[in-house]
Amino acid sequence: MNDTPSAAALPLTPPRRQRRRLFDGWLASALLVALLVALPVLAVFSFVLDPAASVWRHLGATVLGDYIANSLWLMLWVTIGVVAIGVPCAWLTSVCDFPGRRWLEWALLLPLAMPAYIIAYTYTGLLDFAGPVQTALRTTFDWSYGDYWFPPIRSLGGACAMFVLVLYPYVYMLARAAFLSQSRCALEVSRTLGAGPWRGFFTVALPLARPAVIAGVSLALMETLADYGTVVYFGVTTFTTGIFRTWYGLGNAAAAAQLAAALMLFVFVLIISERWSRRRQRYHHGSARFRALARHRLRGWQAVLASCVCLLPLLLGFVVPVLQLGQWALLTYEQSLNATFVTIALQTLLLAGTAALLVLAIALLLGYGKRLHSSRLLRSAVQIAGIGYAVPGTVIAVGVMLPFAAFDHTVDAFMSRYWGISTGLLLSGTLVALLFAYAVRFLAVALQTVEAGLGRIRPSTDDAARSLGLSPGSVLRRIHLPLLRGSLLTAIVLVFVDVLKELPATLILRPFNFNTLAVRTYELASDERLAEASLPALAIVAIGLLPVILLSRAIRRPATGEVDAALTGH
Amino acid sequence: MFQRLTLLLTATLLSCSAFASGELNVYSSRQEQLIAPLIEQFSKQTGIVVNVVTGKDDALIERLRIEGRNSPADLLWTADAGRLHRAKSQGLLQPIESEVLEAVIPAHLRDADQQWFGLTTRARPIMYARDRVDPAELSTYEALADPKWKRRICVRSSDNIYNQSLVAAMIEHLGEERTEAWTRGLVANFARPPAGGDREQISAVAAGVCDIAIANTYYLGGMLKSPNAADRQAAEKVAVFWPNQDGTGTHVNITGAGVTKAARNRDNAIRLIEFMVSDEAQQWYAEGNSEYPVKAGVEWSEVLKRWGEFKADELPMNVLGENNAAALRLMDRAGWK
Repeated sequence: MNDTPSAAALPLTPPRRQRRRLFDGWLASALLVALLVALPVLAVFSFVLDPAASVWRHLGATVLGDYIANSLWLMLWVTIGVVAIGVPCAWLTSVCDFPGRRWLEWALLLPLAMPAYIIAYTYTGLLDFAGPVQTALRTTFDWSYGDYWFPPIRSLGGACAMFVLVLYPYVYMLARAAFLSQSRCALEVSRTLGAGPWRGFFTVALPLARPAVIAGVSLALMETLADYGTVVYFGVTTFTTGIFRTWYGLGNAAAAAQLAAALMLFVFVLIISERWSRRRQRYHHGSARFRALARHRLRGWQAVLASCVCLLPLLLGFVVPVLQLGQWALLTYEQSLNATFVTIALQTLLLAGTAALLVLAIALLLGYGKRLHSSRLLRSAVQIAGIGYAVPGTVIAVGVMLPFAAFDHTVDAFMSRYWGISTGLLLSGTLVALLFAYAVRFLAVALQTVEAGLGRIRPSTDDAARSLGLSPGSVLRRIHLPLLRGSLLTAIVLVFVDVLKELPATLILRPFNFNTLAVRTYELASDERLAEASLPALAIVAIGLLPVILLSRAIRRPATGEVDAALTGH
Repeated sequence: MFQRLTLLLTATLLSCSAFASGELNVYSSRQEQLIAPLIEQFSKQTGIVVNVVTGKDDALIERLRIEGRNSPADLLWTADAGRLHRAKSQGLLQPIESEVLEAVIPAHLRDADQQWFGLTTRARPIMYARDRVDPAELSTYEALADPKWKRRICVRSSDNIYNQSLVAAMIEHLGEERTEAWTRGLVANFARPPAGGDREQISAVAAGVCDIAIANTYYLGGMLKSPNAADRQAAEKVAVFWPNQDGTGTHVNITGAGVTKAARNRDNAIRLIEFMVSDEAQQWYAEGNSEYPVKAGVEWSEVLKRWGEFKADELPMNVLGENNAAALRLMDRAGWK
């Protein structure tokens, strides 16, 4: 999401040199990879020109308005929710001290390990009419159905709440990293100019953290738009449910692709307008001076309030659903906990780990490519490559299958024609296709984190290193990678956890006899056997926890500032 | 540890290239836990190794279509007739001749061109609250549009294929115009906007949110066998009513399978389907998920006996697939969310 500073940093580069660099190896490979990753999205787009007027007339006359309105309301409330929870928690844990701050710091990330569809199942079990909460209310006050009002969990509002509870950690994490890497100097300057702590926050700290907050919000929004499981379960019709209904129910792939394309265009417009609104701004430290912020100790009611503010999202987003899942798991673990279960858990772990490393490598290649070269082509390619995060997994899966199958069919036809050997499907239906799909779907997550990290490194650092004779590769290896440690780890963990939770693409692309925990959870939950589904669901959460905790330890230290300070001798 | 993990990954990768002859590759939209024991039994009896990918029907059909003639899948196994029809109409299945299947499976439960075969049937009757509804008030699906049921009916979303199939069948019986009028009446009687699955509708009836639900019987069966005591108690408060007994019969759907056009292990695929209609497989498969065997004379499970015999709609199953898009448009127009 960050503007690459390279354009501003190299104003004096002679034109001839730039032209030569266009053919440089890094640029070429970055372009190639970006186009490759963009291929599935383009494959879906290729249906767009097929005519589907009658279906559109039908949709327009009946359900399209609902799709649009519901999607927009979801986006609006999720934005408000994740910012309202993420930013205050990040600020409080970064600059204040209050009871529980030390463990809340990392515990606030825990809901990240909770898939939205699973939290939706558990809250429905708890808050639905037949659930324990309403039953208790009825028995206590001797009410029956219709005597009282209770917020319906399966509604647009319920869906918003579920998304906010599991997605606010994106904003929290990125905003916190930004707050921690802010130099105390900037805030001190604002204090000497007469601004109080509130004004300092609103006029200095928050605007400086804006790219991070926006990055977090856009991740949350893209995930919201791509979600299928939660909204279907709650009976909320959105663009994504509409895509599937049109595609399968009405049997019209072209209209479905057009709906998907409209969704992607919408996301594009959002991203571009946000970028435009801060087109000239830079967010790296202007000065080499860096001092970590000193914590402000809160006392009395302020301390209590701060603890409550940070405790509430943790309770609702993690503790309550885990307790409910745990209670269900106790009923069923005897049948579900067996050798197959362990194998599935290991497979999941391995798959998510491999995918995370792969996606990180691609993100580094592209992110750094953009920093090195102000190539418009590369920028647009990277932009398209990153859009996959907002596209429902099943659409991505089909987009992946099309080019892979085309490749396989071509090789097969060639081989049978000239050698008489049928090679069948080489890549389709293998883990390669699945890993590629993850790269398409989750590149944006890693890319945003990596770019946000790169954006905080002063371009003059690159120039200095280059002028001392380092090649771009060595600059990356010796300067940026150490500085980016926190961002890289964040990217790995985010992708790891996302893959862990990913369902639709895994379901359709996976090889024979290959299961993941999310698939197992889905199979049981889709059969409406929530109690049986709780054990694999808990396992997803448990496996997701470890890296999330590791991550929180890593962002505790402000890597950028630390090394900046070390470099300049402060 | 790392070495072992690498080994596992390699082994998985290798095992994925499931082209070894004599094996059987299945794409199934039936959940793994429902079919795994039967497949194990089949492998034990025949020595044929079976590889399975499970997933959502539509996605599996799409995968089959894109993989084309190179697809490794030999058998497509789904949980409703509409999807089998869709696979057939996309040219993904092939006709097979089997005396066993023709003898055992009633004609309306298999494809006229022998491209797919029903293996169990699943009924979608009316369910009512024992304490609030007199079954004498109930008669047909059509009668549920009567204003006396206002705010008393729970049904899940029209995104669901079982509702789409029900309306597709109604279109065949009543014609599109009368079905649309019926759908509007039904929607007007909803106690709440559709959300959740069939189990939730049954629970809502038990809890008093509504008096009547339309749901598949095996969900009620699953609740009766649930490890969760609340589910079992809720299920006991709800009874099954078989609608349209004096007319066309209660709406049923099938789970079924067909041999893919790309099949390289065609004979093994046919053997598996034939195995599925053997007495023991029928009994177990039907019992495992409280569904009805397609084979006559196979003993019903206790739960099925408890709900009693009924007259099922004998509409050819392919109609459900043919009318699917029309049903969906109609439900959109009627405001069935």
